[in-house]
Amino acid sequence: MSASQLVTQLKRGLDAPICLTWELTYACNLQCVHCLSSSGQRDDRELSTQQAFAVLDELRDLQVFYINIGGGEPMIRRDFFDIIEYSIANDIGVKFSTNGAFIDEKNAQRLAAMDYLDIQISLDGIDALTNDPVRGEGSYNIARRAMDNLKAANYGPFKISVVVTRHNVDQLDEFKALADSYGAQLRITRLRPSGRGVDSWNDLHPTNEQQVQIYNWLLAHGENVLTGDSFFHLNALGEALPGLNMCGAGRVVCLIDPIGDVYACPFVLHDQFKAGNVHDTGGFTSVWRDSELFTSLREPESAGACASCGNYDSCQGGCMAAKFFTGLPLDGPDPECVLGHGADLLEARQASPVSITPKPSKDHSKPARSALSVVS
Amino acid sequence: MTLTLSSACSLHPQVALRPEPFGALAYHYGNRRLVFLKHPDVVRVVRELGDHPSIGHTLRACGIATERDASFLQALNQLTKSEILRVC
Repeated sequence: MSASQLVTQLKRGLDAPICLTWELTYACNLQCVHCLSSSGQRDDRELSTQQAFAVLDELRDLQVFYINIGGGEPMIRRDFFDIIEYSIANDIGVKFSTNGAFIDEKNAQRLAAMDYLDIQISLDGIDALTNDPVRGEGSYNIARRAMDNLKAANYGPFKISVVVTRHNVDQLDEFKALADSYGAQLRITRLRPSGRGVDSWNDLHPTNEQQVQIYNWLLAHGENVLTGDSFFHLNALGEALPGLNMCGAGRVVCLIDPIGDVYACPFVLHDQFKAGNVHDTGGFTSVWRDSELFTSLREPESAGACASCGNYDSCQGGCMAAKFFTGLPLDGPDPECVLGHGADLLEARQASPVSITPKPSKDHSKPARSALSVVS
Repeated sequence: MTLTLSSACSLHPQVALRPEPFGALAYHYGNRRLVFLKHPDVVRVVRELGDHPSIGHTLRACGIATERDASFLQALNQLTKSEILRVC
């Protein structure tokens, strides 16, 4: 079977996901401007420890090899270690994303003693000046302290996870050097206009010129840098980047949110892409295998407006979530189409007197702090 | 090293196989590699490697025609490189 035949098979869906993201909580100590899940405050309906264990039992039976845990800040949950230890004991490896606030010396040692655990620390700038406007005041120092603690505890190669924006795109070499200095691995991913990113994407997303820069940088360094295969829209620039060149939503990828809702991918927390809930009859397994949404995502897609472009096979029309949250048709170009087709559409939309872009279905952001005002 | 029909190898103890419509997924818990086994025959052979004294014996036991030996050796060599298989 050739690589393209494999992709055709994968598009029809798998018996269980390869890449399952599970956001454990909407609670977060930070309030990043591009948070995919608009996190901040806990939701009262979040899964209990026992409910989380039941989901893990199901994932074990499905032979899900590993899960990507996120949030919110997953380490905020008091049962965080119970959940990851239960997962690993059931042969489900854990990768978790954290801002590092709870990786003190003691927790670093505890994490270092565990097998089948990968840690990703988020950092969106090589210095506080670049990072903190996006991730919040003090967040750069928090992340660096966590990295220092992991290093001191001999955790081994953790990952430094960077969302590439127009403000940090020039720092890719420096991020790589930072990762190397810790013996860590660099992971860079694409900024999506999801969650609070709906409001910040316009100001943060890389320019078209910078996208070429990312592509060239990945061609030069791609082998040692993780990307979650998130930059396949850049493949229209030429040689394909390493990884599966396809949208995995509902086919090989899905997301379980803190209250157990199952979405097609981590970037589309919207009712339109909600397939069901882990509490539904038949549980997660039925949602994955039989839900109407996932079944429809596994049907052959149409290239739509991209059909006349010779590059559709390379870029696959880009990211469904990026199109959806910028108000572009799903069967057309990505807003960051490297040939500029998406930018033209966006411009036309913005010029139109009526343009409504979808908002995420849930918002757990903390209430905005307003300056104290004296009412006289 | 390159495998031959007389080499003996088996599935790495840290590897799990998950059946899928196209064949199977193999995941190595140690090096975190995910590998696609893209044919049900490859899956059958890989599962049985540890039960036979050599690759050749395994291929015959699985009813694989001798003209496919070369392509199987190539596939098994690749799986050894990613440590899905280990040489005994």
